[in-house]
Amino acid sequence: MNNNTNYIGKPVNRVDGYAKVTGGAKYAADHHARGLCYGVVVSAGIAKGKILHIDTTEAMQLEGVFKIFTHENVSGLAWFNHSYKDMDAPPGKHFRYLQTDTITYSQQPVALVVAETFELARYAASLVKVTYKADAHVTNLTGNLDQARPPKGKKSGFKKPSSRGHFDKAFTAAPVTLDATYFHGAEHHNPMEMHATTVLYYKNGSITVYDKTQGILNTQSYVKSVFGLSGRKVKALSPFVGGAFGSGLRPQYQLFMAVLASLELKRSVKVMLTRQQMFSLGFRPITQQSLSIGSMEDGSLQAIKHEAVSGTSQFEDYVENIVNWSGMLYHCKNVKQSYQLVSLDTYTPLDMRAPGAVTGMFGLECAMDELAYKLNIDPLELRYINYSVEDGSMKKPYSSKALRDCYQQAAERFGWSQRNPEPRSMKNGHLLTGWGMATGMWDAMTVPARAKATFTADGRLTVGSATADIGTGTYTIMTQIAAETLGLPMDNVTFQLGDASLPYAYLEGGSATAASVGTAVQKACMQVRERLLDLAKDIPDSPFKGLSVAQVSFADGMMFMTETPANFIHLKDIMTLTDTGEINVTSTPLPNVFKQMKYAKNTHAAVFVEVQVDEELGAVKVTRVVSAVAAGRILNPKTARSQIMGGIVWGISGALHEESVLDHQFGRFINHNYAEYHIPVNLDINDIDVIFVEEQDDVVNPMGIKGVGEIGQVGVAAAIANAIYHATGKRIRELPITLDKLL
Amino acid sequence: MDQVAASVMVDQPTHTITLTVNKITYELKVLPWVTLLDAIREYIELPGTKKGCDHGQCGACTVLVNGKRINSCLTLAVMKNGADITTIEGVAEDGVLHPLQQAFIDHDAFQCGYCTPGQICSAIGLINEGKATTREEIQELMSGNLCRCGAYPNIVAAVQQVNGKL
Repeated sequence: MNNNTNYIGKPVNRVDGYAKVTGGAKYAADHHARGLCYGVVVSAGIAKGKILHIDTTEAMQLEGVFKIFTHENVSGLAWFNHSYKDMDAPPGKHFRYLQTDTITYSQQPVALVVAETFELARYAASLVKVTYKADAHVTNLTGNLDQARPPKGKKSGFKKPSSRGHFDKAFTAAPVTLDATYFHGAEHHNPMEMHATTVLYYKNGSITVYDKTQGILNTQSYVKSVFGLSGRKVKALSPFVGGAFGSGLRPQYQLFMAVLASLELKRSVKVMLTRQQMFSLGFRPITQQSLSIGSMEDGSLQAIKHEAVSGTSQFEDYVENIVNWSGMLYHCKNVKQSYQLVSLDTYTPLDMRAPGAVTGMFGLECAMDELAYKLNIDPLELRYINYSVEDGSMKKPYSSKALRDCYQQAAERFGWSQRNPEPRSMKNGHLLTGWGMATGMWDAMTVPARAKATFTADGRLTVGSATADIGTGTYTIMTQIAAETLGLPMDNVTFQLGDASLPYAYLEGGSATAASVGTAVQKACMQVRERLLDLAKDIPDSPFKGLSVAQVSFADGMMFMTETPANFIHLKDIMTLTDTGEINVTSTPLPNVFKQMKYAKNTHAAVFVEVQVDEELGAVKVTRVVSAVAAGRILNPKTARSQIMGGIVWGISGALHEESVLDHQFGRFINHNYAEYHIPVNLDINDIDVIFVEEQDDVVNPMGIKGVGEIGQVGVAAAIANAIYHATGKRIRELPITLDKLL
Repeated sequence: MDQVAASVMVDQPTHTITLTVNKITYELKVLPWVTLLDAIREYIELPGTKKGCDHGQCGACTVLVNGKRINSCLTLAVMKNGADITTIEGVAEDGVLHPLQQAFIDHDAFQCGYCTPGQICSAIGLINEGKATTREEIQELMSGNLCRCGAYPNIVAAVQQVNGKL
């Protein structure tokens, strides 16, 4: 049997590639309508206090300005806190835009100006005069560590820190010990597409919402509950998303603004935030963490203490898993962990690519490097010495863990065995070269997802789920899975997403989409297989009579008897001969929870980097990165490599470039634009070598998928900091490592 | 000639200009404060060109004006009266992709795709300039176009494949 419809694991091009290179991909702000008007948001100029007065007189005098929405004229919205809760809301009192005169954070939206054109709305917004009574604010985490307290409430996915054994005793007894404190400031997601929403208004009072989101059902349910609308009245779409990295996990305020204005004015409205306003959304929280590690002379870990304090807002307790990794990655009997929050006068932080792990693994993997130098043991060797086959915090084996292969393959590709451990040993004039390594770790999660499939008599398959593709490749990998499962050419398969009318899918985040939606898509296509076989049995003289679905195969548009492939029938013929117009199924995969409960489920990576530091200028260049990733089955090595590469670029960015700088005098992020908030440009990124290590896993899901969205970033910042130490002999424990810290 | 009217009633005179975008000539009545980017996106309704910062810091709005790459957000539409403009929608001819567009697909030189129109227009402009011969020169001269997804190595590979072959 000649099978040309095997796609899983092949490096096929993105199915949405044509749309993306021709300008055909329509993002949230790319939609038009007759009479479309534009909203521009006015942001608060203080961090804490009260609005005394909003003077809109001058702005309203302009012809073409329709309305200015403020807390003084917005009413009739939902009353209960629960109505403002979204799928990713942390516990607390969720913020209500334009419904209070209290200012809780700098850049809080205080007015929406709606006008006939964008330029007019922007100009009118500049004429809105807000007077405030400012109160003293607190935005400095490190100056307020005495205010640290345990987080309140619960959030799905958050694991409470867990201690075990007797840390204090073991640490005191350990012959070699290390104490180190690490810090990083806030980072904002800053996807290239600024948050935008276009609302199309129809005469019957219904609306179509094009939103920038990682979960279109989150958008729809928020709009329904806040504005008291029925599902029939709100169509929500998000076919293309210009990056998000977590910023689209919660409904952002442009959605609220656009819907508010559209319903009130009975017009279509577009609201796009400015780049400056992108710094008024959630962010990776400012975090200070301390590690204390005790070890024997031979490198075996005896005690690990990992404590972290992060900032949150005054109204919600954002939490993430920062310290937990220290109880999981290495074999160690005595572990102590704590995680606390300080309420600051900022907006609530928000999950940002590999939330928690990027922070905690930076601390842990830098500390391991520091310990390796104290012990005079190679940093890679120290990892081997403490390698763990079980998650010590849960006392469960890993469903799969090919981290040892990651270390070996990446080290070999990088040439690690040639390393002279001596700092400053690779010096060429004023250029210092350094080599560093670190481990990455993330969760292999499964979240609820359903899918529907429609197979029509023309041999076309349409599969859909209300998930998202934020650049991750969802469209492509789901098309691959569906096409291969039914043995159809990919050209005959369409995958739909970003539409709230499609079957349920949880938010796209946490690297869970490939595993979760992929399983639902495969299951839906398996159900179509069963229906096709049942139909084939009805055909007179059918050779398929009496066969079970396990005895047939699907490839090249045909169904075969697996034992005797000479017996086959074209799928189209099954439909025609049985007079079937279409087959419709919806799948609801139920994971084998009892089997999964016995295991820890994680992805791993080993990352090796080379840096070049200009000793005279303090400038750091990452000249080479080799990352080996163990993430179960790789559905598409081309798009998966892009994901890992992107994660590595994010790691470089976090290590060297990006930080939202708070000016505590004003309680405000002061570098709120792309010129001053540095992210890597093309010239900053050099050789990146990605290795996917073979890893089979029959626990996580039927296809063994573990997800690749976050793992590429985890550990990269530590590897760079470690390489900088090797190059310069300087331990920098505060990110980003800018040139001032090296001079 | 297509007519696109912008009827804004502020105390400013509107200007009547013509812009030839992707070989179609449009007559626009615009106020002087309308950027070329917004003229293309909101008045001519070609949304392929993207807004990523509106301050000339990201390159997402790059278009070709008389063959040269510019940030359309830093350009007022009235400054380009009579200009010949190519946006991403006009890069492919008769449905046949430009070699750079195909190279971007083959090298997976994008993820979310939002910076892609600007990257492709910028790369065409770069190739027209004939300045970039090495990988490092391509990297340097493409550094005005940010990509938050981090597709830079693939973007360079795509440009390298096409550079010098046009």
